[in-house]
Amino acid sequence: MQSYEFGLYVFMLAAFLGFELVKRVSPLLHTPLMSLSNAISAIAVVGAILISGEKDASTLQRILGFIAVVCATLNVVAGYLITDRMLKMFRKREPEKK
Amino acid sequence: MIENVLPAIYLLASVGFILAVKWMNNPATARRGVIIGEIGMLLAVIGTLLRPEVVEYRWILVGLAIGSAIGAPLAYLMPMTAVPQLTALSHAFGALASALIGTAEFYKGEIPLGFPMGALVLESLLGFLTTTASIIAFAKLQELMPTRPMTYKGQNVVSLSMLTAAIVIGGWMVAAPAPTWAFPAFIALSMGFGIMLVIPIGGADMPTVIALLNSYAGVAAAAMGFVLNNRLLIIAGALNGSAGLILSIIMCKAMNRSFTNVLFGAFGQLATAVAGTAAQRPVRSATPDEAASILDSARTVIVIPGYGMAVAQAQHKIRELYDALSKRGIDVRFAIHPVAGRMPGHMNVLLAEADIPYDRLIEMDEINGDFPQTDVALIIGANDVTNPAARTDHSSPIFGMPILEAHKARTVLVVKRSMAAGYAGLDNDLFYLDKTMMIFGDAKKVVEDIIKALH
Repeated sequence: MQSYEFGLYVFMLAAFLGFELVKRVSPLLHTPLMSLSNAISAIAVVGAILISGEKDASTLQRILGFIAVVCATLNVVAGYLITDRMLKMFRKREPEKK
Repeated sequence: MIENVLPAIYLLASVGFILAVKWMNNPATARRGVIIGEIGMLLAVIGTLLRPEVVEYRWILVGLAIGSAIGAPLAYLMPMTAVPQLTALSHAFGALASALIGTAEFYKGEIPLGFPMGALVLESLLGFLTTTASIIAFAKLQELMPTRPMTYKGQNVVSLSMLTAAIVIGGWMVAAPAPTWAFPAFIALSMGFGIMLVIPIGGADMPTVIALLNSYAGVAAAAMGFVLNNRLLIIAGALNGSAGLILSIIMCKAMNRSFTNVLFGAFGQLATAVAGTAAQRPVRSATPDEAASILDSARTVIVIPGYGMAVAQAQHKIRELYDALSKRGIDVRFAIHPVAGRMPGHMNVLLAEADIPYDRLIEMDEINGDFPQTDVALIIGANDVTNPAARTDHSSPIFGMPILEAHKARTVLVVKRSMAAGYAGLDNDLFYLDKTMMIFGDAKKVVEDIIKALH
């Protein structure tokens, strides 16, 4: 099996898994879910590191890679921190004090 | 040795992302989800830095430091009402990263034609268009640009031909070595289409668009996974792609509209023409004092918040009202329409920020049956999502949209700045019912006055 064919299977399974998992998320948490998945999409940081860290990279490649590392990291950090900040606010009712 | 450990690190990172999304299904486990997601990302970064082909660390570490130094204050200093903007901005950066990596790979010139080049074209197309589209979305949400839909004649023709041209050039690059101008032209067209895509979209459609852009960013990352032959990227990208897609489908359903209609319909413009013909009808207005006494004598109250609450920053005052009424033994709940606000779940976040317990925030389908037994429906800054015309008037542009059935409550109190029409530009019949009272004014001020009158 060619590697991209294998990749397509992985993609399909992960996409279906994503559908099933996200369908179960309560609408209450749709905003945090969005910013969490936004943070996950910044997995592009992996590609950015690979591109800019190569041994014989051209100057163009290094520059583009560097900008990509900055952007993707920004996305990761902002995404996770804002998600956590939001989730911290979701609280159940405290036991009533009477 | 390290070659054997690396696949294991990537595998663990994938598990982290999957668990992160899974644990988001419940507020009790959601924070654990974020932590496992962070661990996943950390593993992914470390695993990548350890790869033997990565030898040049200096700029990577500088980049990681700069990104964190900008990202962290951004996440902590933005007020909660600005979450939609921040998310849009964050999308723009993530997508730009994918796009630039695609560009760098292209100019490296080692990508074979056919499938790998196809993946690269898809990555770059989605990357660049999501970047510009997210920037426009950010500008609209931040009100640097008018939030009303901007339309002109032949708009759809222009944007669709830009997309077609980009796809044709992309197809050419996949099939044969293309001339040097092809890739820059492709970039320009992709970015142009991104701008064209969001310009005609109005504020109330932003939830759908943000979710859709989220999905694009994910698919771009997955496409990068095919280019780099990296399964971690494929898994994370696919998870994110389907998360964004399913959210935008939920948003579309909540407005009874199709994707094409949201993207190419330019809803607001169409409807304003209809509103102009509406006759002046009498409404009953009330003072905050009167509203307070109505609320005081109620046993059950349902609050319906809308974007107006976010604009007025009224959520903290609403919390005080909630406390004051609860103390009197009045049952207060909040009815949340899926598209209220500017991004999916926007109202929930604002009310949670104000410390309102989340088990008081009820989804539309669950609470609609309770309106007939409810004494008071208190509408704060919401309009179209309560318009009964969506149920009864076949000629209404929003006919078929699921609404919160506030009109079935015994009394309806509406806090609103003026009689101006809502986003859809429609008159709301609810405001003219005998049992409806309008309290005009800034939501924060009005709620404050009601609280004062209650004491």
